Amino acid sequence: MNLTSLRFVEEATLHKLSHFLPAQNPLKDFVHHNTLHAFQDKDFFTALQESSEIFGYKTFLPLSDFRNKLKNNQINEAILDKIIYQKKGEDNFSSWKENVLHKNYDEAIYPKIGKLRSLWKEKYAINLDKSTHGILFRILCSYLDQGISVWAFPVHQDGFLASIKELDKNGVFSIFSTARAKKLLKEDTSIYKLLQILVGEGLYFENYLFDQQFSHPGWSGMIATLESNPTSLLDARKITLKELVTFELLLEIDALDKKFGENWEPLITKITFEAENLFSQSAYSEYFEVLSIWQEAFEWTFYNQALTGLQHKTSVKASEENTKFQAFFCMDDRECSFRRHIEALEPSVKTFGVAAFFNFEFFYQPVNGKFFTKLCPAPVTPQFLIKELPRKKKSPKDYHYHKKSHSLVFGWLISQTLGYTSAFKLFLNIFKPSMSPATSASFKHLNKKSKLVIENTNPEEKIDGLQVGFSIEEMANRVEGILKTIGLVENFAPIVYVVGHGATSVNNTHFAGYDCGACSGRPSSVNAKVLSFAANHVKVREILAERGIVIPTDTQFLPALHDTTRDEIVFYDEELLSVVNTFSHKENSKTFTNALANNAKERSRRFDTINSNESISKVHEKIKNRSVSLFEPRPELNHATNAMCIVGRRSVSDHVFLDRRSFMNSFDYEVDPKGDYLAGILNAVAPVGGGINLEYYFSRVDNHKLGAGSKLPHNVMGLIGVANGIDGDLRPGLPSQMIEVHDPLRLLIVVEHFPEIVKYAITKVPATYEWFINNWVNLVALHPETKTLYRFVNGEFEIYQPASFNIQTIDNSLEYAITSSENLNITLLK
Amino acid sequence: MTNEFLLVFIIIPIVGFLISFFIPEKKESWLSWTAFTTVFAQLLVLCVFIFYWIFNGSKDLNLFEVSLVKTNDYDFFIDFYFDKVTAVYLFIGALLTSMITTYSRYYLHREKGYKRFFITVLFFFFGYNLAILSGNFETLFIGWEIIGISSFLLIGFYRERYLPVKNAFRVFSIYRIGDVGIILAMWASHHLFHENITFIRLHNYELVNEHLQNHTLIGSFIALCLACAAAVKSAQVPFSSWLPRAMEGPTPSSAIFYGSLSVHLGAFLMLRTMPFWEHQTSMRIAIGVMGLTTSIVTTLIARVQSSVKSQIAYSSISQIGLIFIEIALGFETLALFHIAGNAFLRTYQLLVSPSVVSYLIREQFYNFVPKQIRKSIIPKKLENALYVLSLNEFHLEKIIRIFLWNPLNTIGNKLNFLNLRKLFFLFLSTYLVGSITLYFKNSIPSYVTNYLPEVFATIGLVFVFKAFSERKSPFVAWLLIVFNHFWIVLAILFNEKVSYYEISLYIIGIVIAGTIGYIALLKLKTMEKRILLSQHSGHVYEHPKFAFFFLLAALGVTGFPITSTFIGEDLLFSHIESHQVVLAFLLATSFVVSGIAGVRIYTRLFLGTHIKTYHELPYKSS
Repeated sequence: MNLTSLRFVEEATLHKLSHFLPAQNPLKDFVHHNTLHAFQDKDFFTALQESSEIFGYKTFLPLSDFRNKLKNNQINEAILDKIIYQKKGEDNFSSWKENVLHKNYDEAIYPKIGKLRSLWKEKYAINLDKSTHGILFRILCSYLDQGISVWAFPVHQDGFLASIKELDKNGVFSIFSTARAKKLLKEDTSIYKLLQILVGEGLYFENYLFDQQFSHPGWSGMIATLESNPTSLLDARKITLKELVTFELLLEIDALDKKFGENWEPLITKITFEAENLFSQSAYSEYFEVLSIWQEAFEWTFYNQALTGLQHKTSVKASEENTKFQAFFCMDDRECSFRRHIEALEPSVKTFGVAAFFNFEFFYQPVNGKFFTKLCPAPVTPQFLIKELPRKKKSPKDYHYHKKSHSLVFGWLISQTLGYTSAFKLFLNIFKPSMSPATSASFKHLNKKSKLVIENTNPEEKIDGLQVGFSIEEMANRVEGILKTIGLVENFAPIVYVVGHGATSVNNTHFAGYDCGACSGRPSSVNAKVLSFAANHVKVREILAERGIVIPTDTQFLPALHDTTRDEIVFYDEELLSVVNTFSHKENSKTFTNALANNAKERSRRFDTINSNESISKVHEKIKNRSVSLFEPRPELNHATNAMCIVGRRSVSDHVFLDRRSFMNSFDYEVDPKGDYLAGILNAVAPVGGGINLEYYFSRVDNHKLGAGSKLPHNVMGLIGVANGIDGDLRPGLPSQMIEVHDPLRLLIVVEHFPEIVKYAITKVPATYEWFINNWVNLVALHPETKTLYRFVNGEFEIYQPASFNIQTIDNSLEYAITSSENLNITLLK
Repeated sequence: MTNEFLLVFIIIPIVGFLISFFIPEKKESWLSWTAFTTVFAQLLVLCVFIFYWIFNGSKDLNLFEVSLVKTNDYDFFIDFYFDKVTAVYLFIGALLTSMITTYSRYYLHREKGYKRFFITVLFFFFGYNLAILSGNFETLFIGWEIIGISSFLLIGFYRERYLPVKNAFRVFSIYRIGDVGIILAMWASHHLFHENITFIRLHNYELVNEHLQNHTLIGSFIALCLACAAAVKSAQVPFSSWLPRAMEGPTPSSAIFYGSLSVHLGAFLMLRTMPFWEHQTSMRIAIGVMGLTTSIVTTLIARVQSSVKSQIAYSSISQIGLIFIEIALGFETLALFHIAGNAFLRTYQLLVSPSVVSYLIREQFYNFVPKQIRKSIIPKKLENALYVLSLNEFHLEKIIRIFLWNPLNTIGNKLNFLNLRKLFFLFLSTYLVGSITLYFKNSIPSYVTNYLPEVFATIGLVFVFKAFSERKSPFVAWLLIVFNHFWIVLAILFNEKVSYYEISLYIIGIVIAGTIGYIALLKLKTMEKRILLSQHSGHVYEHPKFAFFFLLAALGVTGFPITSTFIGEDLLFSHIESHQVVLAFLLATSFVVSGIAGVRIYTRLFLGTHIKTYHELPYKSS
């Protein structure tokens, strides 16, 4: 064994720890990401096996589930056979088929992590978790608390440990109860020295810290995340993983001293096994190979349907002349059916999908806002600020949330007054739910009357280093970028709608995850407004014209926001429309409204508590009620069932019923023959779409360790996270209510372009290429001329011949949709 | 006629409970519909009844229902009572439960354990109504026990995770400790009044006063026992820390039971027995001081809480502290008003607690003022001291541990040498000696026999302590519990002339449940090879029905009101003389601890993280 790899270097170990810990932001900034991001440099299936063996995660569905799926035709046997055949060859086929179908495997997990630290219980008969976790979590939560407690933690400006020291020095009662722990704290003892006391031998130090931190990955992950992203806390707190580790080691020494006095032997005296490298390569496992075969068979059963659909659809050539309107939507899978319903009602309409920050990255400051809100993908750090101009603003209050209700004297008054109204309020909400100040509603994000400062007037003036608004040139670049990316460079309709999206929910701690992911978990209405302003700007259009994009003067861009929970839409700046456009907008908005109602009805099929066969208006009413009902843990199903992403023209996928399972990013290969814009799209699609998809995947296959468990018992901790009960660890990941209908499939990205160009595009940025070459997403190129499919395997494109699938053609997608609440087969639409 | 009508409020919940028991797991809507109908029917009938009652002059009602066991000088009967306090509590209970069942209908949709949830809620509701309507201590105690066990099941609803199970067991244990108070109060009041006293008769001032005049000590003793039981149920200092830890189940169940109904039951007990202690000034002062201490301590703790539910829990306790003061001052109506308001407010606050994230973050976004370092009136040192103390919940956890659990464990661990064979040998040999002494009772000098009941009761108690602290064999723990009851019988037999009928009433339930439980353990052992109490094993994952079956046996063997043992228990107590406080205390403690030990076996074997790792498993810290 290579011992040098185990030599303890504090910085290296801390770095490694924060790499493997969950990386979820505080609730208000919740953004989906790959739960196993730390393993992304490995092949997908290798990573699943290793992470399972190291950390004890379940990374696949249970074998029995897969076998049942075969029986229920959710896995196609022909495809399964083909995969076994490809992987194992003709000779081994039958023995492997037997393995896959019938062989019994020991499915128990024996994780490497936790072995070392469990010796405390075995050999010393002390439950260190029990004696340290409670106080540790409580202190961390109180320190980081963003506004729950009435009496805040006495925070010291120098950070967490400094605050603890201050409490110790300038107080009567210490957090520690033994002398040695207090002394070690005072002397700023290093982690290395503390570990020497506890463990004794350097070879075991790293493993010990992994054991320790992964006994509460929620809090550790939160601290690691806040260390690298401190601005996520509005009420700033300094804290580092190093401080957490130090503090926890001190608590452990304290607990041990309390029980045994200062004379206990370090752990090394009781260790009977050699130090092992947690991250050493896993041995081959037949069980995991069987699982990976099943997983692929499960995935390709669906992919095959979808690809057959894309290949078999007949292209309908609509005339370019009479396009009533064009509309931009988010690439989000939830807009997939909305677009389909609009096109069904008004076939001349053209819809486009794009990441809904609409190529404008900025911070936003609403009127009276004390902080800036980032409105672009999370990894981007914008240089611009968009401000809302002063206006009168009411912010409704609800005194049931008021801190005074927790004080003794006011509590006495409040319980005898508000107490009675709260019974009434509860009664109302149960029997007639309605909006309240506590509802997180997408339309509240941007008021219809709001005026924004979008155009920069003075490049010198900066607020906190940010430029206020965009210059003409900057706007033109961004508009050009988005138009070329989606391939809309000519044939503009009189109105181009720019539709952002957001969600509405109440009693939902994960509300940010329901909003637009491309806007860091906020509704994308402000971005829609900014793009429309820029694209309508005369000077911007002049520059665009120079660059070959001529937008007719009659054409107007109009911002809007789609509420994906309530299926409602709001339009902004309607008063700026020309007379002609005002008239046609009136017509168009009817199309939107009807499409939304249809969309609501289609969505209702997944909700057991709504009868989809009722009239459209009734169903829509019930859908709206869900969003404001306190008792509804599933206001909408968010990204559940997402499984693919189409990057190409709308003609690739229109008239195919994709069952809301696809992200759709518009792209025209003819506008981008070299593939540079495509590379830009894929740089976003892989981490955003792939991130969402994988977070759903892992939360689904192990909802206990990688997901947040049921949300019903959740308790809000310090406004930054949720835990079970009052003394549990934070629960990152998605709650079971969000993922229960999700089928854990990797994302299939279908790109409409020539394979060699696609290859160029994915290899341009190494970080993006990692997603593809390591198979964290699947990739198929669709030849734009021949419609041949090319599957990306081991770095090369191979022709993919779909297995036979009898694809049906249906008349009406809505009627078809409501026939079942389960996943439906992909079909063609007339 | 009106009296008879009280029965309806017991029948409705129990019918609903029984129906829901037989509805298949899959039929979500049937289950929720049954629960909903049951509770709404109760609410409607109750409203009509209350109007009718007020219209007719709101006189106190009493219904002697049924006498279950009657001997020469003992009568175990069920009795109901209705007055202002009953009306308010019944109304709060029916109103909140009806709203919560409607709420949970959607909220728990598709949750694993949907049926379990609704059944337990209905069971709780039944126990609650029984306790509120009770007209004597015996009836109250049945309701009390049902509330205890259904609380255990609701807190441990997420039974595959470690923390809910740990906390459910902890709350159950604390509840049982509170039961010592009720049992002793029951026993003492038998002796005080020479009858199974009904609450309505407590209103008879002459009667109460006459008895108290002669026995002031026993009067204070009863009042103290009641206050202790009330303090536990209403999470008063020093028992407060169980309440926030009970917030482990689905939010609606936490909201209604620990936000409102359960936690106000202590105040109910005080209000119900008020005529008994209101003339004892020292008691009123004691209750008031307890309320005041609780208010001050818990309001400080509430101020530092950084999680929503613990904040609500502690601020609720601090209000209940005030309610106790109000009760002590004799402001009954004000207290009732306060109770209802507090119950509604905390239920609502808990239900909307997930909303605080979006609400408070928006507040912060628009109204944030960076913290100013300001000159405080209190010196920094004192402020920090109070802060740390509040953060540590005034070490209430530790106090309970040191005074309650550590002695149990320490004594129990003295018997660590016991294995199954040694246990049989030890029990049979000592019990034989005990029985022989009983046989030759008359030839043993009385100064020896006078102490023998206490000696035997102590042996029994040590047995249950060992059962409670047993870390290895469930068989040993189980038998220790069963054997304890034999010691109790022996102790009582020494004491007085007891008929075989009375003994059999007591012991038959134990023997049946004990045998069933033992066989069940054997069966589990053949299925799972190794069964140990050293950690939670979570076998409910594979054997849910079996687990339920075993739970019944465990409850049976610990005197839960499902077997005749429950009545026998009360009966045996009536044979303890009024001067034998020590014996009464020993017996009450061993009943209570054996209950805890029995449920502990169930908890350790069937609940918690499953020891088999072939499926998804939660972290220990969740």
